[in-house]
Parts: sequence; C-alpha cells; structure tokens
Amino acid sequence: MTLVSGWGRFPVVDSDVLRPRSFAGVGDAIAAGTIARGNGRAYGDAAIGAVRTVAMTGFDRVRSFDPATGRIRLEAGTLLSDLIETFGPRGFLPFVVPGTRFVSIGGAIAADVHGKNHHCEGGFGRYVDSILLRTGQGEVIEASREQNPDAFFATIGGMGLTGVILEATMRLRTVETGWIRERVISASDLDAAMRALDAGDSATYSVAWIDCVARGRDLGRSLIYLGEHAGKDELTDGAASFPVGKDPGLGVPVDLPAMTLNRHSIRAFNELYYRMGARRAGGSRVVSLYPYFFPLDSLRDWNRIYGRRGFLQHQCVIPEAGARAVLADILGRVARRGDASFLAVLKKLGHGDGILSFPLPGYTLALDFPVRGDILNFLDEIDRLVVAASGRLYLAKDARQSRATFAVGYPALSRFNAIRKSLDPAGNIRSKLSQRLFDEV
Amino acid sequence: MTSRKSAIVLGGSSDIGRATARAFAKAGYDVVLAGRDVAALEPDAADLRARYNVEVGLRKFDVLDTASFEGFVGGLPALPDAVISIVGLLGVQQNAESDLAHATTIMRSNYEGPSLILGLFAEKFLARGHGTLVGVSSVAGDRGRASNYVYGSAKAGFSAFLSGLRARASRGGVHVVTVKPGFVRTKMTEGMKLIGPLTVEAPVVGDAILQAVEKKTDVVYVSGKWRLVMLIIKTLPEAMFKKLKF
Repeated sequence: MTLVSGWGRFPVVDSDVLRPRSFAGVGDAIAAGTIARGNGRAYGDAAIGAVRTVAMTGFDRVRSFDPATGRIRLEAGTLLSDLIETFGPRGFLPFVVPGTRFVSIGGAIAADVHGKNHHCEGGFGRYVDSILLRTGQGEVIEASREQNPDAFFATIGGMGLTGVILEATMRLRTVETGWIRERVISASDLDAAMRALDAGDSATYSVAWIDCVARGRDLGRSLIYLGEHAGKDELTDGAASFPVGKDPGLGVPVDLPAMTLNRHSIRAFNELYYRMGARRAGGSRVVSLYPYFFPLDSLRDWNRIYGRRGFLQHQCVIPEAGARAVLADILGRVARRGDASFLAVLKKLGHGDGILSFPLPGYTLALDFPVRGDILNFLDEIDRLVVAASGRLYLAKDARQSRATFAVGYPALSRFNAIRKSLDPAGNIRSKLSQRLFDEV
Repeated sequence: MTSRKSAIVLGGSSDIGRATARAFAKAGYDVVLAGRDVAALEPDAADLRARYNVEVGLRKFDVLDTASFEGFVGGLPALPDAVISIVGLLGVQQNAESDLAHATTIMRSNYEGPSLILGLFAEKFLARGHGTLVGVSSVAGDRGRASNYVYGSAKAGFSAFLSGLRARASRGGVHVVTVKPGFVRTKMTEGMKLIGPLTVEAPVVGDAILQAVEKKTDVVYVSGKWRLVMLIIKTLPEAMFKKLKF
C-alpha cells in the first residue's frame, strides 16, 4: 500500500498504486475498488482508488493528428502541457484549458474541466468527439455522441467512475499566435465585479480575482481579466509567434509552517495585489498564454504553502438568479474569518455537457482554506448556503462535502448511477470519492 | 530523400529510447526506431510523425544477435547522422552471481552488443568522414559495487570502449558521446529505491543526449550532481570502499 493524496494533500489515504505499461496491463490491473489517476491534480480524493489506483501518465502517445481539421487522437495520460508545447507552435491549442496545464487529458475529460471561456465556449468535454473506455466489466468500448452515447455523456464529468479512459479524439482550435490580448478592469465591490463579468460575456476569456479579505464597503472588490487570442499583427516586432513555456523552476522547497498564512500576511498580499492590478486597469496588453491561463504553474509545488496538513478548495456554482445575495453572504463570512486563500476566483459558467458535469449557468466561486481548526464546520455552513441557492460543488476540488449536499446538487445522479451500473455491474470501479458520496453503504 | 538530419535509436522502446527519439524528432531529425519487437514500436512511430511531422522508420534489432549486425547496418536505406545506443539490461545481481546464463546476458547486453554495433557504425562513419555515435553507459561503470557489479562491470567495459573509440574516431571527424544518466525513473528502475535529488525523468535524458550531439560533448553526466558523487566514490581507497554498505 502507498499513501496517496490529491493536490490539496488532504485526505492522505492508503491505496495500491499500479503502473501498467500497456492497455492490456490496464485491464489486468482493474480489480474491485479501482480508479484511474492522471497527474494527480484533482484536489481531494477523486483520483484515489478505494483499494487500487492505476497510474496513467505513462500513456502519452499521440495516435494521429490531422492539421487540416485540428482533430487529434491521443492516449489519455498525455499532459495538457505536452499538447500545448507540441502543437501550439504549429498553430493549434486546446479549446479549453483549466488553471493549470499539468493535468492529463483523461483527467480533464473525467472532470469536464472548465476554463476562462466556459461562459461562451463550454467545457473540455464539448471538444471531445470520442473516447476509448475500458469499463469495469472488462470491455473496451468506443463511445461518442452517436456510439454508446450514454457511456459518452456519463464519462464526461464522470470522475473516472465509468471506467478507465484509454484514448480520446478531440478537436483543437487554430490560433495565429500563443499570445493573449488582456484587458484588466478593477471593480471596487461585488456588484461592480458581477457587472463587469456580465459585461465581459462577449469576451472569449473572462475571470475575476477577488480580494476575499476585503470587508464592508470593499466586499468583493476584484480585478477582472478579459482576454482574446492575439493576432500576429498585434505582437511587438521580433516577438516569437509562440512563447516558450518556462519550466517551473522556482518551487516551494518545504512545507511552510502553518503560521505563514495568517490574516495579516493574507491581508497585506491582497491589498498589494489589488492595488498593483488596479493601476493597470483600463488599458490592454499582450501577454504570453502561460501566465494568462496558468498563473500558479510558475510556482512549482505551490500546494506546500498551506503547510503539511494540506488545504481544501471550496468551489461552488450558484445559479444566476439570486446569486448576488448568496455570494455576498459567503464572501462576508469568509472575510470575517480572515484565513481564506490569498485570492479567490469568481467567474461565469454556462451549460455543462456531461451528465455529472459541474457547470451550470451562473457564477462559480473558488476559495482555498488551510486545513486547521474548525474549517470543516465552517465549510458545512457555506454548503448550506449553496444548497439553499440550488448550487453545487465541483467534484474535482472536493474532499469533504456531505452525501446530502452532493445529492441535492446533482439531480441527474440517479441517471448516472444507472449507466454506471450497466457498465460495471460488479462495482469494480470505485474511488475514495465515490465511496464517500455515491456508493451504496 | 530530404536534406534533414537523421538519427537511429537502438533500444527505441525503452523509456529513455522513446524520450530520446522525441527529443531528436522535435529538433527536426528524421528518426529510425530499432528494437526487438517492431510491432510494439509502431505506436511510438505514429506518435513522432503526428507530433513533429518527421519521417520515422522502424527496424528490427536484437543486441544479443551480433551475427545480424552487419546485415542490419547494410540494410539501412541511408547512413544516419547519429546513432544512439540506449540498449541495456539491469538484470538481477543476485541471480547473476550463480546463474551463468543470466550473467552472460547482462554482460552481452551492456557491453558486447552495444560496443560491436557502434564499432561497426564507426567504420562507416569514418569512411564517410562525419557522424556522431552515442552510447548510454552508466555511473555504475565508474566503480564496481557489491550490489550490481555484473551490470556495472559491463558498463565499465562499454565506457572504456567508447572512450577509446572517441580518441581514434575524433581524428576522422567522427564524434563519440558517452552518456551516464544516473538514476532515471523508468520501467528499469521501477520498484527501486532512488534518491530523489539524484533522480531525473526520461525526457531530461533525451534532451541531454540531443544537446551532447549538437554541442559535441564527450562525456555527459545527465545530472551534474553525479559527476561530484562519482568523483568522491572513485577516489575512496579500496580498503575503505569494501567496508561500505553500498
């Protein structure tokens, strides 16, 4: 047995980790209580097998690529960073990228990850045409919108619970450059932030960084980042049309003592960040796609900032109607506590594609909290507000929500479970997350 | 035939072989992957073609079948610019201590075969007047250790062969690179206890090999820390070394 944890380093649990070398080996590795794991960037317990975890990162071959259509077939362990570095310079990028490029394709499909363009372009699964899936029953099936559609739509956002994703065919977008024209808007409070995001609906990319320590009149003050793909004519003379993604050299070498993150350091950081951003507000500039899409990737092992006991991310989505009051309530409670992340993220989402996909039209708020004190009780309290507003929590980030919160948030659960049962009658595919939230007890 | 550079990777299906082929293809080389199981190399060839739009060929090559070497070299459609031998076998030291067949396989896989095939290419390259030969040896060849001296001694022989070949071939415009990767996280080392700060991933080795070929480096310790570690280990007096549990 090996101790395994997600990116948040909570919980840390025992699971057998297997590293098969062939797809046949993947099949052999599946036994009762198995889940596939990509690059381990899910925050909680989604990619930890109830008994056994199958590591997929060795499967990183591109099977075929058609430059005429941008269609690519690849093995599910390929990292998004690899895809970007290989095909970016050839003028192709994924349609959807999350906040880190160090996720596997299989993981991105299983979590139906969203990016800063979800409000207008949808999630990762929308650009997946078909999937090669090894089911818990032992079959290898091709699933698409036409062929095995139930398995297809259950696998997108299905947290790996329909089986092991072996390969996928997806579409890439063509880009003229790897640069983004970024416009920053500063918003002095939550209303202004929500208005700015609404106004940014027509922008390809939009996201707000919220100062979650600001209280009173400043509650919800934020910087809104809008972005568009830049054309060649927008680059300064001599700039390469595709920037180089720097290896995250600077890392966090050790777990920082829990003291480092306290209300004073967080407040100081937020104040500084907001002021520096506000100074740039109004104008636009052209930035490399790497810092634009993946600001935290430049700090390797940033999860160690939260100390040895790890951290919890709380990411909810609240339907548009009534979102303002609930978000204000949540942010108010977080600000009074004072120990949330340096920065919270607020963005708008559109419709999800998979049966269990997280997104729904509304606003999503993501907050990080170090694991300490009464944090679990506090997050339960926040969950009650989310549930009352007909919202839900993101499974890729979750490590602690209750069965009740989950069941109310995901009304399509029974349909998902029926499909899961048909693909895996013996119930071989199980993760720590599914044990916690889905499986019959 | 294009005017692009070309490289042949012997042992193309290993993790370091795959990574090396990717590094060269990415740099625009056409690549030939050679290994025992050609069908198993097919997906890697498709991967290189799709990623980098280069020509990729496949050839059967068995390092233990030295009788086939001349036919192998003669059968290539063109003499490549670089030949990289990744082939090797760690084996199991304990078994090799009593099982002569296993010990022989380790010795032949790490010394005899790689030396003979690179020697053969060296003659062709010298006749042509240019080319680069790369042998992936090991830090284990720098000093015999109780825990893996069968493997280590074969690598030591290979390192000596490469260094001698380098001295001779350099006068004829042919460059020879010796690569000592140190600990690499691959299927060969799976389950072994590796020291984190001294361990690298296969792509780092692939990039280091490409760099060495382009910059004409002689001996490459992939992680610079190994040069120091091995310097210390090599200079320990034998009387002290034999007492170390190492």
